[in-house]
Amino acid sequence: MPVALPEVKETWSGKIVEVTLGAGPDKGGTRGRTVTVGGETALPFLHFEGQIPNRPVIAAEVSDRAPEDWSSLLTEAWGGVLEDPASWAARAEELGAEVIALSLDSAHPERGDTGAKEARATVRKVLEATSLPLIIYGPGQIDKDNEVLVAAAEEAKGERVALGNCEEKNYRTIVAAALANDQAVIAKTPIDVNLAKQLNVLIGDMGLARDRIIMDPTTGALGYGIEYTYSVMERVRLAALTGDAALQEPLLVTAGYEAWRAKEARTSEGVPAQWGDWNQRGLLWEANTSVTLLGTGADILVLRHPETISLVKYAVDELMKGV
Amino acid sequence: MALTGIAIYKMLAQTNCKECGYPTCLAFAMKLAARQVELSACPYVSEEVKAQLDSAAAPPVRLVSVGPEGHSLEVGNETVVYRHEKTFVHQPGVFFRLRADLDDQAFAERLDAVADYHIERVGQTLGPDGVAIEADSAPADRFASLVGKAAGKDVALILMASDPAVMEAGLKAAGASRPLIYPADAANQEAMVALAKTYKAPLVLRGADGDLEALANLADEAVKQGLEDLVLDPGTRGWADSLSALTRLRRAAIKKNFRPLGYPAIAFAGEAGDGPEKEAMLASQFIDRYAGFIVLDNFEPAALYSLLTLRQNIYTDPQKPIQVTPGLYEIGEPKAESPVLVTTNFSLTYFSVAGEVEGAGRPAWLLVSDSEGMSVLTAWAAGKFDAEAIGKAVKNTGIADKISHKKIVIPGAVATISGELEEELSGWEILVGPREAIGIPSYLRYLASNN
Ligand code: B12
Ligand code: SF4
Repeated sequence: MPVALPEVKETWSGKIVEVTLGAGPDKGGTRGRTVTVGGETALPFLHFEGQIPNRPVIAAEVSDRAPEDWSSLLTEAWGGVLEDPASWAARAEELGAEVIALSLDSAHPERGDTGAKEARATVRKVLEATSLPLIIYGPGQIDKDNEVLVAAAEEAKGERVALGNCEEKNYRTIVAAALANDQAVIAKTPIDVNLAKQLNVLIGDMGLARDRIIMDPTTGALGYGIEYTYSVMERVRLAALTGDAALQEPLLVTAGYEAWRAKEARTSEGVPAQWGDWNQRGLLWEANTSVTLLGTGADILVLRHPETISLVKYAVDELMKGV
Repeated sequence: MALTGIAIYKMLAQTNCKECGYPTCLAFAMKLAARQVELSACPYVSEEVKAQLDSAAAPPVRLVSVGPEGHSLEVGNETVVYRHEKTFVHQPGVFFRLRADLDDQAFAERLDAVADYHIERVGQTLGPDGVAIEADSAPADRFASLVGKAAGKDVALILMASDPAVMEAGLKAAGASRPLIYPADAANQEAMVALAKTYKAPLVLRGADGDLEALANLADEAVKQGLEDLVLDPGTRGWADSLSALTRLRRAAIKKNFRPLGYPAIAFAGEAGDGPEKEAMLASQFIDRYAGFIVLDNFEPAALYSLLTLRQNIYTDPQKPIQVTPGLYEIGEPKAESPVLVTTNFSLTYFSVAGEVEGAGRPAWLLVSDSEGMSVLTAWAAGKFDAEAIGKAVKNTGIADKISHKKIVIPGAVATISGELEEELSGWEILVGPREAIGIPSYLRYLASNN
């Protein structure tokens, strides 16, 4: 007598919100391409369980200031474009990036202290150099973030960029800028389900529509806390699919930034022979961090190395082959 | 389906004699349903009830051991679908496939590479688990000779051969090393099950294209033939199909307590993609999601190291970080004038720092403050690595009596606490070290040259 299989499909009542970045001429912007993420009614890539209408996308990190502390593997792979954010963004687009994550790092008081004027000029230049949608990051210092992100939001009016990071300590200013200029925000909280939820609620209370919020749950790299992110993201996604509206925003992870801080990616000096080929190790540190986070619900992955962009896109292609 | 406490209660003696250590049969039944006690604690169950309850009380994913008695690899026994519910307990075994068509020298080199690979990370020794020797169309004696070579090494074995005669030759050559054998499918099942029983080797059942119903029937047959140590290959080789199959297997076993699929799964990472990077990426997915055995084709140390790291991460206890004992650690043979560095007792943090200090070749005192196992910034944000905590660590360890200076280096990430710490430790000079541990060697050089 043949055995009958039990039903193992979960039925979810929740759905991830669809968020679109970038606006084309029809919507008052100039983007040649826009991306929509979210919309899932299933756990990551479990196509048998529900809909996964949009593929996760790759954003390439671009800075307005040539990075000083990057691994030489990265600086050699990009070459001269690192000196100019416009050329860098154009090159990233050629390499297959789907979003440009522009960091206005030169505004940091210790890294150039540039202001609103320079921020506007950079945003303008990058918008002209690429057809892709933008995420725009401040330098991570509260006063300067407020200064340059407000300016950037105005300069990019109509383009539906995402402003980040929008955190507990500065969300009022950033959300106000997004409201005034029709932009989205990246809501970042330190790997905690309740904090993520709380920030989404606060942002919602200011009147920003749910389809203009992306969550960054904070990522640890492979070997440096990734298991915490894995579990927090999984819990966020389960809560969202179970119907918790305050956690139904798409998820963004800064896999490149975290992975390339790890010693394994950064250096080949004085490391054990068992660590193997440095270039391959660096790529895989970023790629395997990304694969793990794709599995827990990442909708946008911000990456650093040109070759990882194509490796992770390959993984997404494979995972989107519905079964 | 798992039995409820009430259902179990109905099968017990219902005398509340307390011999099991619980006040009532019902209380005992509840514990049994939650898998928190062994049935054998109650002396009053009939053989018939025992058989019924045994199957309901057994772990939902069977524990399967591969390798010689004493130092075997154990896989299975998982009890949760999501890691945050409880820990994933038995790490998947990582194997490298060696095909019989390799020439002898290449075979020996790759075998040694796998057997010799060990690496320390966060105080643990990590390494691959073994090799999978695939016969393809090699004759029995060739297969047996290769298996014999591998059986002499300290590695676990998977024997891959569809022809039962070839497999038997391999099993003989494997001696006491209890290999996992692969594959049994509809075509050769009976003969393979017989071999598995004779040689006491766990057996992989191979399905096709993720058809779990057919696989469950194969398993059911094997159990009826008296074999319990099974491993399942759902027959998927890609990313999405494997994720789907392994997830459904795990859920069927754990959420539905469906016996015929309650066995560890094996996954082949090298058959989907081209090249070591893509293979390693797919293997990452297998580590994250539910594989019990992972077979790779490319031996690349960099790829292997990233996978061993991921495996170590995912299989930690989500409730309790790995910690080291707080206190004063001597790195090298520090003297009175050697520098003092302070860090937290999160294992990862401690070993990152200790490793760099050691690598720098300059003896130092490493003061490990009790941060309840949290990293530097996490502990700082939680108020467990502030001036007060560090001040306490300085006092408790009596470090001041061992050194001739009063300088302490704090992690660059918590530069902001230096003012408060100066107040807490009056008379001490607070030095702000680099942000990342990787900067420690050059920082120590700089300190020495400024003395
Ligand atoms: C994993 C993690 C957690 C885990 C805990 C992991 C653990 N056991 O510590 C969990 C999820 C529990 C957690 C919780 C919280 N976290 Co947390 N967490 C992280 C995360 C992702 C990684 C931390 C990590 O493991 N790093 C790896 C270790 C090795 O790094 P490290 O200890 O700093 O050591 C390095 C250096 O400092 C240096 N070093 C160490 N010692 C020394 C000593 C000397 C002398 C020198 C020179 C150098 C040196 O060497 C090491 C290697 O380079 C970071 C963000 C990130 N991506 O880094 C946030 C982060 C640390 N967390 C943060 C916060 C705010 C929290 C919470 C307060 C949030 C909350 N829920 O309320 C809680 C606090 C805990 C609590 N209340 O119980 C913030 C801290 C904010 C800040 N900048 O001050 C961070 C930075 C995230 C963020 N960007 O906001 N967290
Ligand atoms: S030992 Fe058995 S019969 Fe006695 S109380 Fe416990 S469960 Fe009931």
